[in-house]
Amino acid sequence: MTANPKIQDYAVIGSGRSAALVSRHGYIDWLCWPRFDSPSLFGRLLDLRAGGSWSIAPAEPAEVERRYIDATNVLRTRFRTGSGVVSLTDFMPAASEEEKRRMLWPEHELVRRVECELGEVEVRAHFDPRPDYGRAKVTLRDAGVLGVRIEMGARLITLRSDVKLAPAAAGGVSGTVRLKAGEAVAFSLTDAWEGPAVLPPLGDLILQKLALTVGWWQRWAARASYTGPYRDQVVRSALALKLLTYAPSGAMIAAPTTSLPERVGGDLNWDYRFCWLRDAAFTARALFGLGYREDAEAFVSWMLHATRLTRPELRVIYDVFGESNPAETELPHLRGYAGSSPVRVGNATRDQLQLDVYGEVVEAVTHFLRSGGELDRETQAMLRHFGGYVCRHWREPDNGIWEPRDKRQHYTHSRLLCWVALDRLLGMHRLGRLGGIPVEDFTKHRDEIRRDIEDRGWNPALESYTQVLGGNTLDATVLLLAFLGFDQASSPRMRLTFERIRGKLGGGPGLLYRYEQSFAGGEGAFALCSFWIADFLARGGGTPEEAHRAFAATAAYANDVGLFAEEIDPKTGDALGNFPQAFTHVGLINAALSLAERDERERHLVNGRQRTAPAAGGGEPRPEVHR
Amino acid sequence: MNWGSWLLWGFVGTVVLTTLMAGSQRLGLSRMNLPYLLGTIFTPDRDRAKLVGVGVHFVNGWLFSLVYVAAFHAWGMSSWWLGALTGIVHASFVLAVGMPVLPGMHPRMANEQYGPTVVRQLEPPGFLGLHYGVRTPVSVLSSHAVFGAILGGFYPVG
Repeated sequence: MTANPKIQDYAVIGSGRSAALVSRHGYIDWLCWPRFDSPSLFGRLLDLRAGGSWSIAPAEPAEVERRYIDATNVLRTRFRTGSGVVSLTDFMPAASEEEKRRMLWPEHELVRRVECELGEVEVRAHFDPRPDYGRAKVTLRDAGVLGVRIEMGARLITLRSDVKLAPAAAGGVSGTVRLKAGEAVAFSLTDAWEGPAVLPPLGDLILQKLALTVGWWQRWAARASYTGPYRDQVVRSALALKLLTYAPSGAMIAAPTTSLPERVGGDLNWDYRFCWLRDAAFTARALFGLGYREDAEAFVSWMLHATRLTRPELRVIYDVFGESNPAETELPHLRGYAGSSPVRVGNATRDQLQLDVYGEVVEAVTHFLRSGGELDRETQAMLRHFGGYVCRHWREPDNGIWEPRDKRQHYTHSRLLCWVALDRLLGMHRLGRLGGIPVEDFTKHRDEIRRDIEDRGWNPALESYTQVLGGNTLDATVLLLAFLGFDQASSPRMRLTFERIRGKLGGGPGLLYRYEQSFAGGEGAFALCSFWIADFLARGGGTPEEAHRAFAATAAYANDVGLFAEEIDPKTGDALGNFPQAFTHVGLINAALSLAERDERERHLVNGRQRTAPAAGGGEPRPEVHR
Repeated sequence: MNWGSWLLWGFVGTVVLTTLMAGSQRLGLSRMNLPYLLGTIFTPDRDRAKLVGVGVHFVNGWLFSLVYVAAFHAWGMSSWWLGALTGIVHASFVLAVGMPVLPGMHPRMANEQYGPTVVRQLEPPGFLGLHYGVRTPVSVLSSHAVFGAILGGFYPVG
């Protein structure tokens, strides 16, 4: 293949510690071991020649269809050729910790199994790893039954295969096998960082691992409590979020890739393999809302643990263990996805000031408390310090949620989240969950922030809330004024704001750009903000029918296996930016939850009217519920 | 063997070590909290764990200081620098060997092979305790050096 596949042509598999992208042509073009943010072993995604990949596909042209095995993260790609049909099953083994203790389990493993379903098909495999983003010089050694091995210091990467592999002219090793109906071959790639390495046998054990993995994912997916009309999309989003969660700590990364462009051929290429605090509140709502209490508590616990080193100041992003992420550097030896350079690793956002993160963290803790969580004294002290920090700093300009790298400004969204921080802390105090806060001081600052937003965030000429205080440009984040309880979605101001935003930032049915600067930058519509349309309508900004139509319109931009990137090209529908993107899937889940809540309220209204109709002839509308 | 001196300086050394490590936490140098790590072996309640952990930590302090004192007797001498060196060796062992194996011994600690199952557990400290902050080794080494220096400086051999 000589051109990059479209971003939406990829699917993701993973283990809760790392993830791989598999193209619909059978190529694994992205894999970072041992962690999401480790250097890549396969990086063809970012350079067709230097990145390295692992392909398994029929030797002849084929029609391709693919799907995840129901409610799992096990990918099955079906190739239909002129001579037959083969299916390729890709997964990283998953099992409960109890099950893992029953057998020796490799530190990291990726399994690929090809089975001929019909006719006879020649299958070609080409394994061409390029560790350290293609910078490491490595030698592949054929160790016979022990597989093809790469030794890098104490690290050992091993590929075991049912197919005889030999050195290939283009680099790496390759082999071909002709499969008849009912026949199958398997491949197991393992990575060991401490010796002796575990080298699992192939054969029946592969099928056992497949069964364990399918069972584990299906049990996990079945726990999703959402029962509305979009269950398939919601469960797929939950499964995607699970793949982006680093299980040993509970952290959730923004995406498993770096430098997939927001504008193909451009330089809006960032490393998203870290954890953004700005995602905290929405992530907590999505996980708690779906009933994934353990995952949600682990996430909140990670967040509170991670922020201890820097408190009361918070950083914008952290790595999976709560360390500051590495400084941003460029990899000039990689051409970038479809020539989109530079390729960046690390993220310079680490040095930015984003005052909204305080509100995000406090709001996430609010969701934690709502689900029955308790705060120990140390966490209470930390929250009090956050409140104090907000009181001292809310008047300052910052870099804002979208992290522009120019001057700091007084963003309405940042002010809103400062208001949220103080409002929620006062709420916790009122409910007896948080002691020792200076109530008068917090109340005074909270009310001042409200006046500031109402007076300067609202532009009467434009009849809309604006991106910055006293400004005249639009930004989709002001819709969050309704989501976070500052105002009601049905209020005149919010309805006007919504109309202005939809009119100016709309990118077609179900699509929304994040701000006016998107047009000059040539980026796509922002998938998360696009789901905010349905969410806003569901919260009272429109009718339930309008909200459902908006949701369906946005959800239709998912790829064939239900995944979203960060952005969507409104002209082509192509995915843009890092993939798959946690924030987008969080947005889908939250919009679906808001729709379910709205539907529930509507049902109550109808039932109420029916019950009271004979006596009173009508019912009172229920008050708006903000969550 | 001077039992009274061992009890006294073992206690003082542990107090200073604990204070230094708590100070490192407050200064944002490390998230390493030994009493909390030890206490959560017995209870998941954070506040109670710290209380229990402090008790266990002091018992550990005495036990470890007994090893230091035995070493001083074996060498036939003690001094602050010999104690500090012993502390550095002790801390190096804890960081390089103890930290990576801790998830295997601790009932409420995740290990780096977990996944995709997520449970709300303690993060593993990792090699040299680096997952608790990149300055954790400095904090652990220096506090143990001071622990050893106090024992070596004040415990009389012979």
